[in-house]
Amino acid sequence: MCLAVPLRVIALLGEDWAEAEVGGVVSRVSIALIGEVNVGDYLIVHAGFAITRLDVEEAEKTLALFAEISAHLAEVQHALHPRLP
Amino acid sequence: MRYIHGFRDGAAAAALEQLIGSEVDSNREYHLMEFCGGHTHAIFRYGVEDLLPPNVRLVHGPGCPVCVLAMPRLDAAIELAIRRDITLVSYGDMVRVPASRRRSLLKARAQGADVRMVYSALEALEIAAAHREREIVFFAIGFETTTPATAHLILEAHRRGLKNLTVYCNHVVTPAAIQSILDAPGAGDANQVRIDGFIGPSHVSAVIGSAPYEAFSQNYHKPVVIAGFEPLDVMQAVFMLIRQINDGRACVENQFTRGVTRAGNIKAQAIVSEVLELRPNFEWRGLGRLARSAMRIKSAYAQYDAEKRFVMTETSVRENAACQCPSIIRGQKKPTDCTIFGTVCTPRSPIGSCMVSAEGVCAAYYKYRRTRNGLPA
Repeated sequence: MCLAVPLRVIALLGEDWAEAEVGGVVSRVSIALIGEVNVGDYLIVHAGFAITRLDVEEAEKTLALFAEISAHLAEVQHALHPRLP
Repeated sequence: MRYIHGFRDGAAAAALEQLIGSEVDSNREYHLMEFCGGHTHAIFRYGVEDLLPPNVRLVHGPGCPVCVLAMPRLDAAIELAIRRDITLVSYGDMVRVPASRRRSLLKARAQGADVRMVYSALEALEIAAAHREREIVFFAIGFETTTPATAHLILEAHRRGLKNLTVYCNHVVTPAAIQSILDAPGAGDANQVRIDGFIGPSHVSAVIGSAPYEAFSQNYHKPVVIAGFEPLDVMQAVFMLIRQINDGRACVENQFTRGVTRAGNIKAQAIVSEVLELRPNFEWRGLGRLARSAMRIKSAYAQYDAEKRFVMTETSVRENAACQCPSIIRGQKKPTDCTIFGTVCTPRSPIGSCMVSAEGVCAAYYKYRRTRNGLPA
């Protein structure tokens, strides 16, 4: 029930509305709960309402952390089981 | 899609699996409750449990608003829907839910009641504006994620002078439910399933912030990690909880930094408190009557309150005696401990609340685990 999806704003429609997109699906989103947004912002959208902004910087930090962990794991595995050339 | 699929990467999941494996102490058990049905669903869908060491157990909590809605409230909504002058509007999750005597909103619609499914609460405004001769009732349910939308709907109806729109408010609050699980009789009993930490909901917390959970970490010494709904989010949160438990710490940590702050969405909170207030108590299916656990419409907006405009009666209903949902949503039992699970009680004809919604624990077990448990596919 509480599922929400990150959408990117592609147009401002005025009066608390914006048009936003994810994976080619465009929807009309109410921004009444968060106030001013700009084209290119990411919003977390639940049941037609943006409930908050997606903080892109923080999202990238988390993704970078995951990338770092998997790179480290790959390195350790390579050291344990080196493939013959 | 980067901010969806990026958090489902298999290589990173394998790395997190190793990281968790190296952090756990094999001499102790970890019982972690994911409160929210969205997490339960993600855990089953992506097989997160299979990536965890055997001594890390995920306990599935009551965070599914459809599942915890008391049956008399749903019966009252059906009574409204079958009135010829009323159009009942609700979210799709709600219409299939069985009420007493095997009725549901969907069946009421098949019998001629005007029941409409909407994606957004604001669609109720358009229906009300287009059908001024009819009474439009929005059957509002949900946790704090959904509550601001209902409050905004009432403010918009007020602004546009729509006199034929009312709201049947069934919004519930998360911290009260967590509190009831911590205070449940037997919660401290060694024979009962204990809970060592909570995976907190992300989207509820986007609205209310992470601050409301601080009381649980301080007063009950339970760590809380707020986590996103993608599988890597859940795994990182499990790792953070295990680390807190190993260190003997109990604080509120935030894994979902991309959407949650300590204060939450102040504007949404202000809209909610303009229109809604806490009820002294509210009946939860499976948990009983909980103090200050749900919202009602303030008297200043009473003209938009369906419970004030219409005569609504709640008659008490007896639940099926074999149903184990009350113990299951407290984490004391598993669906497979219930004799009617998967036989009498299935998603097609659910008996208990946990089978009702796709996010319920029994429904998730049925969908993803039944072949493993030897039930007919």
